[in-house]
Amino acid sequence: MTGALGVLADNTPVLWRLLSLALFFAAWEIAGRTNFNYAFPTFFETMTALWEMTADGSLFSAYLRTLQPLVIGLVFSLAVGVSAGVLMGLRRDAEWITLPVFITMQAAPMAALIPLITFVYGIGMTSKVLAVVMLAMPVIAINSYKSVRNVSPSLVDMCKSFQGSRRQQVFRIILPAASPMMFAGIRLGVAEGFSGAVLAELLITPTGIGDLITYSRSVAQFDHMYAVILSIVAFAVITVSLLQLLETKLFRPEKRGT
Amino acid sequence: MHMTQPIVAETEADQIIEVAGIHKVYNETVTALKDINLGFGRGELTSLLGPSGCGKTTLLKIISGLLKPTSGEIRVNGETVTGPGPERAFVFQDFALMPWATVLKNAAFGLELKGVGQKAREDKARHYINEVGLAGFEDKYPHELSGGMRQRVGLARALAVEAEVLLMDEPFSAVDEQTRRKFQEDLIRLRETENKTFILVTHSIEEAVYLSDRIVLLSPRPGRLKQVVTPEIDRSGNPEAIRRNPEYLDLIDDIWAGLRDYVE
Repeated sequence: MTGALGVLADNTPVLWRLLSLALFFAAWEIAGRTNFNYAFPTFFETMTALWEMTADGSLFSAYLRTLQPLVIGLVFSLAVGVSAGVLMGLRRDAEWITLPVFITMQAAPMAALIPLITFVYGIGMTSKVLAVVMLAMPVIAINSYKSVRNVSPSLVDMCKSFQGSRRQQVFRIILPAASPMMFAGIRLGVAEGFSGAVLAELLITPTGIGDLITYSRSVAQFDHMYAVILSIVAFAVITVSLLQLLETKLFRPEKRGT
Repeated sequence: MHMTQPIVAETEADQIIEVAGIHKVYNETVTALKDINLGFGRGELTSLLGPSGCGKTTLLKIISGLLKPTSGEIRVNGETVTGPGPERAFVFQDFALMPWATVLKNAAFGLELKGVGQKAREDKARHYINEVGLAGFEDKYPHELSGGMRQRVGLARALAVEAEVLLMDEPFSAVDEQTRRKFQEDLIRLRETENKTFILVTHSIEEAVYLSDRIVLLSPRPGRLKQVVTPEIDRSGNPEAIRRNPEYLDLIDDIWAGLRDYVE
């Protein structure tokens, strides 16, 4: 019985994921109907609100606003974070100078620093981009650094033994070997970037998604509030899953088709 | 009868690799190798044998140029070398295959680094993949192969660059016993077609006696030359018959008698 179920799960993982989602939504619906909290809408109320906001375009324009600092911040974090991480992995001097900065950034409670950013850069785009960068970059940089350090020394020796140049070592061995762990860090960083973007909109000035959440709450449209929150969670999950797919397609030929 | 020679400075004519006065000290305190002087004859298979801690892998890596000695020098064809070179190819204990590349690409990697064109390097890689018995697996990835097959890819990669010397670091230690025996027999056959010099690190006395023209025994802490043994075993017939050869069996006992003092 469990064997048959296991085979089914291997062949149709999508079905199982849908089933677990359906169970979750059913529990939500039941919890909503018990009226344990006046601010907790049922699943169907939330879905209706989501449909309304999609239909009148308010959700779309909110995302358009939120995506600006998110995309700018993520592109910057990826470029600087990956380069800094790889450099720290390859060179001890870069590690000494740069690593403490990223470790501090990763450990610091960034939400507490956002008012400070606002104080310096005002309430505009710069502050919001910085909020995304501060959350996304440390995890990207530190994972890139660790991924380079963890490359099997014998693979590097192999390249040396066939008289590979330093350049060949880096581009033919170290970067491909580091890429799985580096991508794990990038996925975490992108997820953190979403937090940064929403946090900035909640703490700095309400725009985009943050505005929709704040506004819906203030006028007690809790079904709308939940709908927005659900949509941003779903959006983040889908983005991160697509990243994983992209990684497999581009960089891990041995995992394709298995 | 086999001969057990004392340690002497070797003066045979055609030595492809010479190890002269090698010392290796780690962290300024741990002496891994002390005063190693050795010559490796062209076309010979020499085993470096000893218990763990005798520095045999360190010595092989110094010969390959992957490690720098604290003092002393390595000469290849009479020239002093300070790093890896095209005349030496290395076979790694853990195979060191690129998991993202197919068998064909892995086997061709040494040639690719040297800038050999795709057609030429893949033809050559195919030839050696065939030679090591992996024909039909060219498009597989390492994780689809068994340990023994992975090491065959490592061997094909080392053969493909057509180096004169093959340096093998415990090449069979990560594979199971049956695969190891098959591999050893195949190595004897390979020597009939490929005229190469082999230097093999091993901790297996049987393996050393089975394969070697010459066995260099190292003693541990610090690693020094203990003895050089020259098995005289006829390997021309059935490779399986060697394992019943009295010469082979006696020599294993002799070497074990000499080494057991170092093992607690």
